[in-house]
Amino acid sequence: MSMVDELLALGDRIVGRAQNGEQIEAIVVNERDTEVRVYDGDVEQFTSATSQGIGIRVIKDQRQGFAWAGTLDPDIIDSTLAEARDNATFGSVDPDLALAEPDGVPMADLDLYDDSVANYSTEDKIALALEVEAIAKAGDPRVVVVEATDFADSISEAAVVTTTGIRVGGRESGSYVSAVVIAGGDDETQIGFGYSVDRDPAKLDREKAATMAVERSVRLLGAQKPQTGRFTVVLDPMVTAQFIGIIGSTLSGESVLKQRSLFADRLGEQVAAASLTLVDDPTDPRAFTAGEADGEGLATRRNLLIDGGVLSTFVHNSYTGRRLGGASTGNAVRGFTSTPGVGTIALSLAPGQRQQAEMIADIDDGVLIQGVSGLHSGVNPVSGDFSTGADGLRICNGELAEPLREFTIGSTLQRMLLDVIEVGADLEWLPSSAAGLSLVIGDVTVSGA
Amino acid sequence: MIDQSLLTRTLEEATKRGGGFAEVFVEDRLSSGAHLDDDRIEELSSGRSRGAGIRVIIGESTGFAHTADLSEQGLATAARAAGDAARGGTGGVTTVELIAQQAHAPNQIGVFPSEVAKARKVELLELANDAARGAGPAIAQVSVGYGDVRRQIQIANSDGLLIGDDQVKTRFSVSCVAQGDAGMQTGRESIGHSFGFEMFDRYDVTDIARTAAERAITKLSARPAPSGAVTTVIGKGGGGVLFHEACGHGLEADLVAKSATVFAGRIGEQVASPLVTLIDDGTMGGEWGCFAIDDEGRPAQRNVLIEDGVLLDFMWDELRARAEGRPSSGNGRRQSYKHLPMVRMTNTYIANGETAPDDIISDTDSGIFVSQLGGGQVNTVTGDFVFGMTEAYLIENGEITEPIREGNLIGNGPEVLMSIDALGNDFAMGSPGTCGKDCQGVPVGDGTPTLRVPSLTVGGTAA
Repeated sequence: MSMVDELLALGDRIVGRAQNGEQIEAIVVNERDTEVRVYDGDVEQFTSATSQGIGIRVIKDQRQGFAWAGTLDPDIIDSTLAEARDNATFGSVDPDLALAEPDGVPMADLDLYDDSVANYSTEDKIALALEVEAIAKAGDPRVVVVEATDFADSISEAAVVTTTGIRVGGRESGSYVSAVVIAGGDDETQIGFGYSVDRDPAKLDREKAATMAVERSVRLLGAQKPQTGRFTVVLDPMVTAQFIGIIGSTLSGESVLKQRSLFADRLGEQVAAASLTLVDDPTDPRAFTAGEADGEGLATRRNLLIDGGVLSTFVHNSYTGRRLGGASTGNAVRGFTSTPGVGTIALSLAPGQRQQAEMIADIDDGVLIQGVSGLHSGVNPVSGDFSTGADGLRICNGELAEPLREFTIGSTLQRMLLDVIEVGADLEWLPSSAAGLSLVIGDVTVSGA
Repeated sequence: MIDQSLLTRTLEEATKRGGGFAEVFVEDRLSSGAHLDDDRIEELSSGRSRGAGIRVIIGESTGFAHTADLSEQGLATAARAAGDAARGGTGGVTTVELIAQQAHAPNQIGVFPSEVAKARKVELLELANDAARGAGPAIAQVSVGYGDVRRQIQIANSDGLLIGDDQVKTRFSVSCVAQGDAGMQTGRESIGHSFGFEMFDRYDVTDIARTAAERAITKLSARPAPSGAVTTVIGKGGGGVLFHEACGHGLEADLVAKSATVFAGRIGEQVASPLVTLIDDGTMGGEWGCFAIDDEGRPAQRNVLIEDGVLLDFMWDELRARAEGRPSSGNGRRQSYKHLPMVRMTNTYIANGETAPDDIISDTDSGIFVSQLGGGQVNTVTGDFVFGMTEAYLIENGEITEPIREGNLIGNGPEVLMSIDALGNDFAMGSPGTCGKDCQGVPVGDGTPTLRVPSLTVGGTAA
């Protein structure tokens, strides 16, 4: 029996304990990881691990309870189920509480598992990390140290089984390599990060991971604080991915339902520049977070969130969909330690026509934003206030000029969407739940000296 | 937990490939949570996580494996995996003789949360919800969270150490949304302690709820934050995260060893204003970041890192301390048995100064007063940091005036430390935090008296 079949069978056993009038959902997860960190030509850490867990949700008498355990040990199932049942007696009565039911949407057939991870030897993993470190070290005379070079891979299997007829299992694999480089001179150092991701470790791009880390560390040497003022900014693809991730969080049905979304009453309205089309599509196999089923076991699907600047839909799990008079959009997100929330899974913007350099050529006075920090503290997705630390390069007369650091960019999410001047053609799939491309936004406050 | 003879056999299995240091970390974590949102008790949740992490260190190389299977066979498999993963062993047999020890100052837990009726936890959520909604008609949404965790740990290593700890933490938080003419604003307040349920004898949850609600209501009338460099007064308690980010991370010995911090090689130097004494203290009874022993079995310590502006020492875990031939400072921590320990802060704070806080405000012509900071982030290599202001006001002509909207503050740690020019005598601890490093989160505390930084950059939108 395959591991996925074993997980499904375990889910069947849990769900089979349901009593009269009781709905039960079991999520069962098994994951194997290895991680190698090399430093200075030697292995610094090598970790190998198996993680397993079950999460059980019980709905009875219109109340919900949940319990989880970090093991698949059959002895633990009874106590976890009992705990979930007991917890359910304390939940508020809510007639809309119910597990997801099969909705007829066919599951995409994505090739998310590659046997090569299982067959890649320990020696090869170490050699790969050492090679990336060596390339990074030799990448530029200003590299002081390669602080850490990591190789990691994982194979995970998961299953969701419910009393309402959901029975879904799947597996996926992944691997990545990353490097952190410190570059510097006499009185200044800068840090840079680079990576490569692939389902097949043999296809990881060593050169790219190392070079990216080196470039990102040396490019800011000598950077100054800019003057405070309002500028046109160009967000690098990695920054755009973080930006649209925040926009995505404001479009969750849960935020809308609980009056925490600044877009709650704005379906059908122009909320962004006409050039902006935002899609959430976990069925796109290029997406790092692609998946066939969501956290409730429904098929994932392509959802058009903002269409030519017009807000066209929110994303839902089955509960928020039902509460707001619709249905799940296949956007339940969760691990085995929690009940399903709602979230976007694989966001991307519809690409425009021009590359970054062509767009920059049209800007007299602006800033290319290469990195942001403090997004979790400086952006409020409820009020829309947006303020983050940033670094990048000045744009002067259509060309990139001196490096800049220790400044912030500030606006509101609402204004930034409307102030989008141009969407770049350079769509790039990143190791995150959003893809990136270059995005030009006008009238952003840059606070420096 | 696991009996001594099995731990001994596991350590011997781990060192079979030779030499070095081996350690078994066993953890049994029971957690429970309750969440109220949108006027409903959404659910109660319970979790159990139990397992062991085994590491073997040979030279500079660490092998690590973890398992949820605590049987003899499960532990032996993980021990072999960790031993195999540590490269460069020379072979030979290591004999381990474990000597059981007691933590010197075990945690004092009054009421284990698992012994409190769930109905009582639910009642606290409802009390807080009612109080927050009662704070004003502008309050449009309230979310209340309760959580507790009991973490029993056991550590055995090839040096013969065998020790355990029983750690209980309880937290409570309220988040509010206020709706005004110009949109929505949020306010949050949280408490967290290394206490059991007796935490609620010290705190009234309705006070916490009203504080959160008032923060949200106040911000409805807030002006856009200024932008550019301004004089910044940081209120007591609310500013500890500044030091956690601005210098705490830079004083972690693992970063120092790789020259990944601006403070490397600067012991004995004046790195801060003479007003500044920075302490990391894992022994502060009941605080969020305290414990009897760290996750390598070393007793928690009070470590003075900077005294009167002079850098005295870094924070150390076992691995870095061994490499330098010195003792650990009790800062080896890990998120769970699935993680390797590394150098982490505990409760990090600036010791009290001598100036009355009102005098600091009245001595400031114009600037901002930040009474609560949100999370932050630092680039330890450059010292550049950023953190969010979640409650802040303008200072005009020596007085605190209008509230301002949220935004980030940025600065450079070493520069800010040197430039602090006023320190209050009103020390307080801040809100409980979770510190993230290398994808591991651990509970940390922070604290400060009121203090003034002559120039920080505020990332507002007002030109």
